[in-house]
Amino acid sequence: MLVAKPGLDGHDRGAKVIARALRDAGMEVIYTGLRQTPEQIVSAAIQEDVDVVALSILSGAHNHLFPRVVELLKERGADDVLVFGGGVIPEEDIPFLKSKGIAEIFGPGTPTSKTIEFIKANIKRPLH
Amino acid sequence: MKELVRRCIEGDVRAAARLITLLENQDRDAYAALYRLKDHSGRAQIIGITGPPGAGKSTLVDKLITQFRARGLKVGVLAVDPSSPFSGGAILGDRLRMQGHATDPAVFIRSLATRGSLGGISKATHAAIRVLDAAGYDIVLVETVGVGQSEIDIVRVTDIVVLVSVPGLGDDIQVIKAGIMEIGDIFVVNKADRDGADRVVRELRAMLEMQAQLSHGQTPLGGPDTLVARDPDFMHHAGLVSGLSHAGGEESFIPPILKTVAETGAGVPELADTLIHHFERLLQTGELERKRRESIHYQLSQFVFDEIAHLLSLPELSKVWDDLAQQVFSRTLDIYSAGMALFHSIPIQGATHEDPHA
Repeated sequence: MLVAKPGLDGHDRGAKVIARALRDAGMEVIYTGLRQTPEQIVSAAIQEDVDVVALSILSGAHNHLFPRVVELLKERGADDVLVFGGGVIPEEDIPFLKSKGIAEIFGPGTPTSKTIEFIKANIKRPLH
Repeated sequence: MKELVRRCIEGDVRAAARLITLLENQDRDAYAALYRLKDHSGRAQIIGITGPPGAGKSTLVDKLITQFRARGLKVGVLAVDPSSPFSGGAILGDRLRMQGHATDPAVFIRSLATRGSLGGISKATHAAIRVLDAAGYDIVLVETVGVGQSEIDIVRVTDIVVLVSVPGLGDDIQVIKAGIMEIGDIFVVNKADRDGADRVVRELRAMLEMQAQLSHGQTPLGGPDTLVARDPDFMHHAGLVSGLSHAGGEESFIPPILKTVAETGAGVPELADTLIHHFERLLQTGELERKRRESIHYQLSQFVFDEIAHLLSLPELSKVWDDLAQQVFSRTLDIYSAGMALFHSIPIQGATHEDPHA
């Protein structure tokens, strides 16, 4: 799976924590690094042929960037990828994001086990 | 599958990526489909980049991509990172340093986890190289971690191996002594703006000159390197070098040693030039053909071993296993005879996958 940081915030401790937890749960995690555009994220997702894209954002630009990622994935024929997000995202934005194809939003402090359970339950492509 | 392969040959990124995934998952139909790629491969230059962690390989690869792109070449990259032996998972972090190229349609970057393979690359790496070759990439860079004598599989799947080292890794002799040095065609001292860079270059040069002399039966001269010459490990490995030697024929030359500062890009254009010239040289001297034949031998043997392992694990054999194990346990049979009996009961049969000629 891909752990990506769209937008301009420079804090990736959360992203790294989830990446490590996912690794410990047996997953292969590609971390894109900071300050990624939706185009960079989707390009990576396609080349890496990932099952899941996890978007981490703290800058508040999620309402624009998250749906854009989903849109680009669809455009490039990768709509079987599970997309979810985390970081600093107000509760009131969650319905909008879900309507745009983001499967779930996990706020700060969510136990990593919950995220892992969610992935296993919702992955769209057959598990290897 | 046919459709996937066709799209891959046409350069469809998603198809190539999907095919690589299937190969990583040991999908037998995908492996059989590699047959269709054979008329479209052999063109790409395959370059391996290896060295200890922290040497700056990913940053170097990032800058090399820029150089090759500037020369109008399409570049594929396979970045291999180790899988956790405990969880089976992996953090694949090389791509991070190359994301600047993510939206260039002429660049394809794929991360691969070793998934239990111990030689530094994954089982599917050579197949993934074939895929990128067939998809039309001119250069395929394979990046992997190599610190010791066992991570040398990279030499078997590439045309040129670049060994990247850095100053300040404690004991420079340690880095140089490890068997991995014998597989380098080109040596790069990265982070060359740091103290000790020139010393590493000198030590590398001395080591390589000694290797070259030894493989021609000459005794190395004394001097600051004499200490190393007396090291029995080194002498032993040096004796084996002629077999793995990158210097074709009787010519005695030492591999190029370059200094780079990958972060700034300093020295990287020269590295790109050196790589291109080296490849041309390999082509002209026939050395490339020799290497590729060796590589094919290796891949064939890997394939056969994997196939036997697969057949041995088939359910129809489990009773045979149990019977033979019982006989050895109750001392009616010795283990060697049991082993041979097991071997002879391997069911070699016709194609069990999609007929590639169909």
